Amino acid sequence: MPSVLLTENIDKAVRRWLMTVQDYALFCAQAVMNVARTPRYWADTLMQADLIGVGSVPIVVLTGFFTGGVLALQSAASLAQFGAQAYTGRFVSLSMFRELAPVLTGLMVSGRNASGMASELGSMVVTEQIDAMRALGTDPMKKLVTPRVVATVTALFLLTVIADSVGTLGGASVAVFISHLDGAQYFSSAYQALVYTDIIQGLTKPVVFGFILATVGCYKGMRTTGGTQGVGRATTQAVVISSVLIIFSDFLISRVMLWIFPPL
Amino acid sequence: MSEIAEPLRGMESSDANAPLETALRFEKVSLSFGVRVLMDRISFALGKGETIILLGLAGMGKSVLLKLANGLMRPDSGEIFLFGQEITTLPEAALLQLRRRTGMIFQESALFDSLTVRDNVAWQLMERQMADEVIDRRVHRALTFVDLDAAFGQYPPSLSGGMRRRVSIARAIIDKPDLILYDSPTGGLDPVTSHTINELVVKERDAYKTASILVTHRLQDAFTMVTHRFDRERNAMVALPAGEFDTQTRFMVLHESHLIFDGDTEKLLRSKDPFLRNLLA
Repeated sequence: MPSVLLTENIDKAVRRWLMTVQDYALFCAQAVMNVARTPRYWADTLMQADLIGVGSVPIVVLTGFFTGGVLALQSAASLAQFGAQAYTGRFVSLSMFRELAPVLTGLMVSGRNASGMASELGSMVVTEQIDAMRALGTDPMKKLVTPRVVATVTALFLLTVIADSVGTLGGASVAVFISHLDGAQYFSSAYQALVYTDIIQGLTKPVVFGFILATVGCYKGMRTTGGTQGVGRATTQAVVISSVLIIFSDFLISRVMLWIFPPL
Repeated sequence: MSEIAEPLRGMESSDANAPLETALRFEKVSLSFGVRVLMDRISFALGKGETIILLGLAGMGKSVLLKLANGLMRPDSGEIFLFGQEITTLPEAALLQLRRRTGMIFQESALFDSLTVRDNVAWQLMERQMADEVIDRRVHRALTFVDLDAAFGQYPPSLSGGMRRRVSIARAIIDKPDLILYDSPTGGLDPVTSHTINELVVKERDAYKTASILVTHRLQDAFTMVTHRFDRERNAMVALPAGEFDTQTRFMVLHESHLIFDGDTEKLLRSKDPFLRNLLA
């Protein structure tokens, strides 16, 4: 008897999960298709790009700089054992461009904005503002979701470029001022290590990460139930789910990229 | 109460001259939430210029009925005709167009907190990208109608509950709706503010003959609606002679998933139904 109950519960949970995945997929498809449909809310998109992009610059700069710095610190110490301190720049730039800048920028922006989107839209749902918007003849998907998705994808791409640059600079600062390496050698090594496939890999990721964090944040917000407590729950879930999906998709993209562009 | 210097109706409104036999019609509409049946084959019609006062205990589905009427929710079965068009299977994009002909006042006002009163009231006009000076003029006119022009540049969180409700009414009527749905517009307000809101509802009903459904828990408000009319010359709500009731306003009572009453005031007062007697007591 308990085994039957267990099977039923698993069955219900799997069905619920599949329904959620289907709902999320339709939600994403609608958000994307709205890009080609009128009306287009360019002003809202620009405002969101300012909030998400410009607003996230300080945390991305700080994160990028200190990540580059700590990479240089750790690698210089390890490489010194083999007399290969000159490769510090190469190590920092490859790590930053391929992995750390996109992933850390994605995670930082997810913590800041996926939660913000979920709580803002969730509050609008529980106070009937979304219903009011529909009653006034406005499509909330077009007005609220699509501008956030477009703005986040664009902003995360540019923020990752900033994180790449600032991370390399952070590494240079540590290499020059703490490890007392030659600055020109550091930058030369960092530049020569990078090939186009690294750039392609590093700039494909933020597009996917931006889409994930915006759609998860908006989805959790728009599907909020249960009043103010539900808003809190949606906010937490948005950050957790988008962070996990970012790391998971990072693995998948890296795997695919290595398959498309095998290392020479 | 401020004057109605000129009709609030804007010339931009579409379909204003289209003849309407019924603004809204429910045909055997049923809706359940899980095992709970909220509505069981409910049918009624609302004609042009008519007002229905919807009474019932809390949780009986009055607000849900308004959302069904506006296509914000879909029933399990039955048909709903809004301005003659069946909406239960209509795609959301077509519904959005149709909803521009309705105005809805939500229980808690549902104003957009991050926008000023001006932008809240002007929402539909801004969506149509009208010129700022035209928008400002019409927003001032709508706010004057609800006697709240001074709140033009304020944000909703700085307004009292009654003021928010009045802004909500201004937002609903600015684009000349053919049907207005009021969801407990006086809920949680003090008697003086409630009187102001009632006066606005009567003013909209009598001055513009807009079809409407008003959900309320307060019998006093309901009977104010049927025992008063709006006097344009005095620009105020005045009582009808004793024993007279507004003929365009009728009552419906929703109870335990059924419409147990649909009729005029005299019929309601004469009813021998124990539940209705108790409700009116």
